[in-house]
Amino acid sequence: MKYLLMIYENEKAAEALSEADVQRVMGEYGTFEQAIRQSGHFISGEELEPTAAATTVRIRDGKRLTTDGPFAETREQLGGFFLVEARDLDEAIGIASRIPSARSGSIEVRPVREFTMPQD
Amino acid sequence: MMDTPSILERAHREDYGRIVATLIRVLDGDFGAAEEVVQDAFAAALNQWPREGVPREPAGWLMRVARNKAVDLMRRSARLEARVGALEAAAPSVDGAEWQTFPDDSLRLLFTCCHPALSPEAQVALALRCLCGLTTEEIARAFLVSPATLAQRLVRAQRKIRTARIPYVIPEPEALAERTEGVLHTLYLVFSEGYAATDGPALLRVDLCEEALRLARLARSLLPGDAEVASLRALMLLHHSRRRARVAADGGLVLLDRQDRSLWDGAQRDEGLAELEAALAMGARGPYTVQAAIAALHAQAPRAEDTDWAQIAALYARLVVLTPGPVVALNHAAAVAMARGPEHGLSLVDDLEASGRLADYHLLPAARADLLRRLGRKDEAVSAYRRALATVRTAPERRFLEARLRELLAE
Repeated sequence: MKYLLMIYENEKAAEALSEADVQRVMGEYGTFEQAIRQSGHFISGEELEPTAAATTVRIRDGKRLTTDGPFAETREQLGGFFLVEARDLDEAIGIASRIPSARSGSIEVRPVREFTMPQD
Repeated sequence: MMDTPSILERAHREDYGRIVATLIRVLDGDFGAAEEVVQDAFAAALNQWPREGVPREPAGWLMRVARNKAVDLMRRSARLEARVGALEAAAPSVDGAEWQTFPDDSLRLLFTCCHPALSPEAQVALALRCLCGLTTEEIARAFLVSPATLAQRLVRAQRKIRTARIPYVIPEPEALAERTEGVLHTLYLVFSEGYAATDGPALLRVDLCEEALRLARLARSLLPGDAEVASLRALMLLHHSRRRARVAADGGLVLLDRQDRSLWDGAQRDEGLAELEAALAMGARGPYTVQAAIAALHAQAPRAEDTDWAQIAALYARLVVLTPGPVVALNHAAAVAMARGPEHGLSLVDDLEASGRLADYHLLPAARADLLRRLGRKDEAVSAYRRALATVRTAPERRFLEARLRELLAE
């Protein structure tokens, strides 16, 4: 089963990190990603540009509305994600807890909806 | 010879959880279907037993019928043949009394019901529903919510178990300690709600306490080497042993120092003390152990004035470190007042009040009032009782505070 592990962090705090800290976190992410590639859990994963680069789009009454920034202002922002294959929620939680940002931010674990063909 | 309904009632109490637990496994984690086939089996028994006689092994009979209904269900829905195979493979162990020696299913069910990915309310409701066999109406009544709300809570939880694929397993050894903590917290919530109802007309809900004790006994038998499980069970037994003395004939609250100790349940107290001994021998030092040790010191005092308050105050000091919180701090202050004098307790209560963390908690002004009364500061005590009365929530506690205030005003 697929799970999306969404990494939420306080962007302001992340921006305030020293160069040495940034290097350290990058190194931790590198090690983590390599580990879940080797164990076969990794499907994909990306880091996102900060919400300052975000644009929100909606269609209302057939008209396109484009606005600056993310849809909702929150204390923590989506900063990246991993899509992983896991046996069950416990395994997905185990992987999520090893993401370096779990120690500073939080990881939302969401199952990906599965569409199965009818068996009959 | 008991009649069918009472035999079935007992089977429902004692075996429902285990039968459902096994059926959930063979139905591949489908809680709803498992409950349905088990309920069908009970309905079938109600119908057949009066005509054909009660089987020698009622629980085994119910298990067999539920299993057959599960097979039918799966054949009808034409799901994976392999699952039917798995179900049939499980058959020998579920016939007669033999299946009772395989407790893993109950343990799986306990851990699944108490999975941290479910809300605490849902965990409590699921455990009472699946492990104790309480009806949705009974659980709703116990927690003072509408049956519709409770039913929705259960449906949501079962849907989450399915869609997020919460596994129906005993956690891996490295996660076991953390997960056991969650299970114990859920059992503690059930017991606390029964022991000190937060709302409503009755002070104690003995039925909830008894369900919590049943779950604790189950957890204890499933995790015999876990010291915290033993501690929690000791704590529950020691508290529950005082139930008859805790409520007066008029339904009012009777505090520990005024309880008629001859009403305490001696057998249950001894069982609690033995559990605490067992927990300590296993090296238990956690918050449940400390609370059980406090309860044990009360239980061992023949009269209120024999209570070893110095040791109780020391244990509360330890508890404040283990589980910091305003309520524990208030209990600590009360114990210090008993051990070293009301003025020492009052200064701790003043510190707590200054921190502002207990603004709406009626026990803070109630504790203050009691200490002021004992220090002879009558006017301040009266106003503290009045403040406590402004925030109290259960009717018996209100009556208790009103009585104390009347006594004080009559002096």
